[in-house]
Amino acid sequence: MIWNSAADFFAMGGYALYVWGSFGVCALAFLAEPFLINRRHKEIVRTLRRQVAAEKLEMEPK
Amino acid sequence: MSNRLINWFKFASPHAFYPLAGKMIPVFWTLAALFGAAGLWLSFFVAPTDATQGEGYRIIFIHVPTSWMSMFIYMVMAGWAAMGLSLNARLSSMMAQALAPTGALMAFLSLWTGAFWGKPMWGTWWVWDARLTSELILFFLYLGFMSLQASIDDPRRADKAGAIVALVGVVNVPIIYFSVKWWNTLHQGASVSINKSPSMAMTMLWGMLLMALCLWMYSIAVALTRVRAIILEREAHTEWVKHLSEVKP
Repeated sequence: MIWNSAADFFAMGGYALYVWGSFGVCALAFLAEPFLINRRHKEIVRTLRRQVAAEKLEMEPK
Repeated sequence: MSNRLINWFKFASPHAFYPLAGKMIPVFWTLAALFGAAGLWLSFFVAPTDATQGEGYRIIFIHVPTSWMSMFIYMVMAGWAAMGLSLNARLSSMMAQALAPTGALMAFLSLWTGAFWGKPMWGTWWVWDARLTSELILFFLYLGFMSLQASIDDPRRADKAGAIVALVGVVNVPIIYFSVKWWNTLHQGASVSINKSPSMAMTMLWGMLLMALCLWMYSIAVALTRVRAIILEREAHTEWVKHLSEVKP
């Protein structure tokens, strides 16, 4: 095993800022991107639903 | 015989591709998670401490994969754009459009992790070195492609203009790749190349390759999700979209 303790692991031999600064920002980016795309997909589906519902209302006999 | 062959051209239409992409996305997420778990395990718990750079070198496990993906996604994006331009295929142009933001993100992360590696090892966050500068140009090419497409209202015209930018920019990718050979740069040479054995321990190499596979699968999953949104946005006027189960009231 390379690490003696959890603290040793997080200290990264004195390079904590650089190692976690790199991996942390990447992790954030890879969480944010799918979240934003799923929201974009949901938004267009909601818009389309509204359109279809509106068209249906128009078609109904008065 | 012929009825056993899948008609791949069928999936060239957004109508047929939309549900197929929906089915493929979970598969690529699973693969990304598996490769990611294995890659991180190797990167942090198996790969030994580096003799000269201590633990700081572990940035390589995210820096190299993001850099590879930034270049690879650009090539794939330009390929789709070229297909969209030459065959006038809507879905190909949509694929190019779906890949651009993920490629830009990879280029940004490559620069970001590079800065966080450069600071402790070279003593500076940034230098105007051939490798770094050409990667920055790649990032701007992605941004240029995206903003040009966004600035043209007619999507088919936007596809064509974007495709030209994407294809012209392809020349930058070999420049990035060979920059460490062609110019005297601060950036180290390739750790892995086709014609010589890698200059690193096997566990390090495997960690890097697994992380690269993880990002590859991630990029496919994300690009497919984005292309589904783009398909709906651009095909909103069509009948098939109105009959989708998620749209129907």
